Amino acid sequence: MSKENIYRSHVLVCTGTGCVSSGAREIKDVFIDELHENEIENEVRVVETGCHGFCERGPIAIVYPEGVFYSELKENDVAEIVEEHLLKGRIVDRLLYVDDDKEKVPGYSDIAFYKKQKRIALKNCGRIDPENIDEYIANGGYEAMGIAFTELDQDKVIEMVKDSGLRGRGGGGFPTGLKWSFAAKSVSNKKYVICNADEGDPGAFMDRSILEGDPHKIIEGMAIAGYAIGADEGYVYVRAEYPLAIKRLRKAIKDAEEYGLLGDDIFGSGFNFKLNIKEGAGAFVCGEETALMASIEGKRGMPTPRPPYPAVKGLWGKPTNINNVETFANIPFIVQEGPEAFSSYGTEGSPGTKVFALTGKINNTGLVEVPMGTTLREVIFDIGGGLQENRKFKAVQTGGPSGGCIPEEYLDLPIDYDSLLEVGAMMGSGGMVVMDDNTCMVDVSRFFLNFTQSESCGKCTPCREGTKRMLEILNRITEGEGKSGDIKLLRELAEHIRDTSLCGLGQSAPNPVLSTLQYFENEYIAHIEDEKCPAGVCPDLKGAYYVLEDDCIGCGICMKACPVDAISGKPKEVYTIDSEACISCGVCADKCPKDAIAVG
Amino acid sequence: MKSLQELRDMRKRLEKDMTARDDKEIAKVIIGMGTCGIAAGARDILQAVSDEINKRDLNVKIVQTGCIGMCEEEPIFDIVKPGEDRITYGNLTPDNARQIIVEHLINNRIDTEHVIARHNN
Ligand SMILES: Cc1cc2nc3c(=O)[nH]c(=O)nc-3n(C[C@H](O)[C@H](O)[C@H](O)COP(=O)(O)O)c2cc1C
Ligand code: SF4
Ligand code: SF4
Ligand code: FES
Ligand code: FES
Repeated sequence: MSKENIYRSHVLVCTGTGCVSSGAREIKDVFIDELHENEIENEVRVVETGCHGFCERGPIAIVYPEGVFYSELKENDVAEIVEEHLLKGRIVDRLLYVDDDKEKVPGYSDIAFYKKQKRIALKNCGRIDPENIDEYIANGGYEAMGIAFTELDQDKVIEMVKDSGLRGRGGGGFPTGLKWSFAAKSVSNKKYVICNADEGDPGAFMDRSILEGDPHKIIEGMAIAGYAIGADEGYVYVRAEYPLAIKRLRKAIKDAEEYGLLGDDIFGSGFNFKLNIKEGAGAFVCGEETALMASIEGKRGMPTPRPPYPAVKGLWGKPTNINNVETFANIPFIVQEGPEAFSSYGTEGSPGTKVFALTGKINNTGLVEVPMGTTLREVIFDIGGGLQENRKFKAVQTGGPSGGCIPEEYLDLPIDYDSLLEVGAMMGSGGMVVMDDNTCMVDVSRFFLNFTQSESCGKCTPCREGTKRMLEILNRITEGEGKSGDIKLLRELAEHIRDTSLCGLGQSAPNPVLSTLQYFENEYIAHIEDEKCPAGVCPDLKGAYYVLEDDCIGCGICMKACPVDAISGKPKEVYTIDSEACISCGVCADKCPKDAIAVG
Repeated sequence: MKSLQELRDMRKRLEKDMTARDDKEIAKVIIGMGTCGIAAGARDILQAVSDEINKRDLNVKIVQTGCIGMCEEEPIFDIVKPGEDRITYGNLTPDNARQIIVEHLINNRIDTEHVIARHNN
C-alpha cells in the first residue's frame, strides 16, 4: 500500500453474523456511497470487522480516531454520520449508544459492557478486517509464530504453554501444555493438529465469532502447536452452519499461503505446515474428540473408548493434538508476551481469561471476555447490565447441556474451572444463560435433557435409554402427573448414566437435572405434590390468574389485554379475574404495569 | 516469508495504516470544522495537513472538532503532543499550515506568529 493511501479516519462496520442479519452490509454500502458523494473517499476508509460482542445493538459502526461507538444504525442514519461527524467533526449524539443508566456514551472504551472486560482471545475481533492479512500483521500478527519457529526449540514452546497454566477452553479444562507434551513424545513419521470448532452447545457462538473476527489468530496458534509437537498438517473442524466463518478462514489460509506463512520452510526454519478445513454436519456428539476424528476420516461420528488417547493414536491412527478454537487463540499471546503475562490474569488454578456468550433474561446479551476469577455478579450485573425489566435474578446456567444452574446465593462466586464444579455446574465452552423469577427450573432441566437425549448417538444403552427414561419422568412432572418416588428415581438414573456412559455426552447429560434438584428441589415437589408450577410456566399446572388487591391501581390494562374477556372492573378500582373463564394464557400478567397479577 | 526480520519489516510498513485506530497516546492535530471553520477554508487545511503528514510519514492522528468559539480566527487547528500543552494556531492557510506541522511536529518548534492560545492539558 502506498503512502498516499493513509486515511485520517476509519469507519469500522461490524459484519459478523449477528450484525449482518440486522442489515450491516447495507449500512456498509451506504457508507461507501456517501463518502463518494461527499468526495472524502480518499480521507476516510470503511473497514469490515468481525463481531464486537454486542450483536444485540447491531448494526454497529465505530468511527476512529475518536473511537465513537454508533449502534442500532439504519440506512438513512449514515448520511448524517458522514456529513456531521466525518466532514465536520461533530459527533451525532442521537445515534450514540445509551448505557444502562440512560447516559449517552460516545467512546467505545467507556461503555460499561466493555469496561470490565479483558480481551486476549478476542483482542482483534471488531478491531481489524478479518479478510485482510495485512491488518493482522500490522497488529503484531504472526510474530509469535516467527519467534517460535526461529528462536525457540520444541521443548521451549511446550514449556511456555505449560508455564502459562492455560487449560483447554473446549469444556474439560485439561492443561494444554501437558496435552502437547504427550503428542510431542509420541514417535511417528506423521502427526496432526486439529482445531475443534464444532461448537454444538445451543446458544453458544464464542468460537464462531473468533473464526469470523480473527481467523489468522487460529492459523497462527495451530501452526505453533504443530511446530511444538512435530506435526506438519492440521485440520479445522467447523460446523457447516457457519458459512461466514468458513469463508473467512478459507481466505485467511489462502492469504497465509501466499505470504509463505503456511507451506514449506516457513521463516526459513525448515518447518512445513499446511491446513485443511473439514465441514462438520453439526451433530452435537461430533464435538467429542474421538467422534470428531472419526467424522474427518469419513466414518460416522461416534465416540470410541479412550485409551488410546489421540496423542498416541488419533487421526488415521497417527498421534494427534486436538484443541478448541479459543485455546488456540490464546497461544500467540503466550509466546509473544510470555507465560507470566498470561498468568498475571485470572486465578492460580485457572489463569488467563475466558470468553462467555451471555444470553437469557439479561439486558446486554452478547459476547464477553473476562479474567478468570471475575464473579458471576460482575458479569451479570456490571457487564450484562442486570436483568431485563429489572426482574429478580433466579439462576444462571453455565456449561450448556453438560452444565448446571447456579442460584442467587452463589452470585459472588469467582468464575473458574474448579469453583464452578464445586457448586455442581461447569465451565463448559462458555455459555451463560441468565434466568429470572419467571423461569421454571423443572422446565429448564427438561429443555437441556431433551437436547442431550435427542443428540445421543445411541451407542451405549445408559445414555440412549436412561436419558429417555429421565425425560419421560420430567415430562410427566411438568404435566402434573408426577409420582411421589420420581425425585429419587431421577437421582438414581442420573447416577447410573453418569457412571456407565462411554463419552462425555452421556456422562454429563444428567448434570442440569442434578443441579436443579440440588438447589430447587422444592420446585419439583410443588409440581409433584401440590400440582403447581410456582413460576407459572408449565401450562398444565398453571391454575387461574388472580389480582393482588393491594398492588392493583385500577388501570384496566389487563381487561383490554385478556383475549377471552375474563377480567372485569371499573377504572381506579380493583379489577377481578373470573377463574372459570380464565384460560391461563398469562397475557394480563405480562401487561400489568404493577405486577399485580399472580397465578397459582 | 523467508525470515522473522522480513515479517517485522513488513509490520513496520503496515502499521502506519492502523494509526487512526491506535489507542496509544500519540500526537494529534485537531482541526476546527464548525460551520464558520468550513466557510473559512478548513477543508483545504485538513487536506493540506493530511497530505503533509502522509508525505513525511508522521505518526500523528487527525481529529476534527466543531465550533470552539473563536470563529474570527478561523481556520484553526490545535496540536497536542503527549504530555505537552495544547497549542492553538489560527488564521491558517494551506501553506502556513504545512509549515506549522513541520516545525511543531518534526523540529519541535512552536510557530509563535500563528499561535492564538495555549492550554495546559
Ligand atoms: C458431547 C461432547 C461434545 C463436545 N463438543 C465440543 C465442542 O463443540 N467444541 C470443543 O472444543 N470441544 C468439545 N468437546 C470436548 C472435546 O472432546 C475435547 O475435549 C476438546 O476439543 C479438547 O480441546 P481443549 O483441550 O482445547 O478444550 C465435546 C465433548 C463432548 C463429550
Ligand atoms: S455416552 Fe451417549 S453419546 Fe456418548 S457414546 Fe454413549 S450413547 Fe453415544
Ligand atoms: S393491569 Fe394490573 S394494575 Fe391494572 S387493573 Fe389490571 S391488575 Fe390492576
Ligand atoms: S456480529 Fe456485530 S457485534 Fe456481534
Ligand atoms: S465555527 Fe469555528 S470557532 Fe466557531
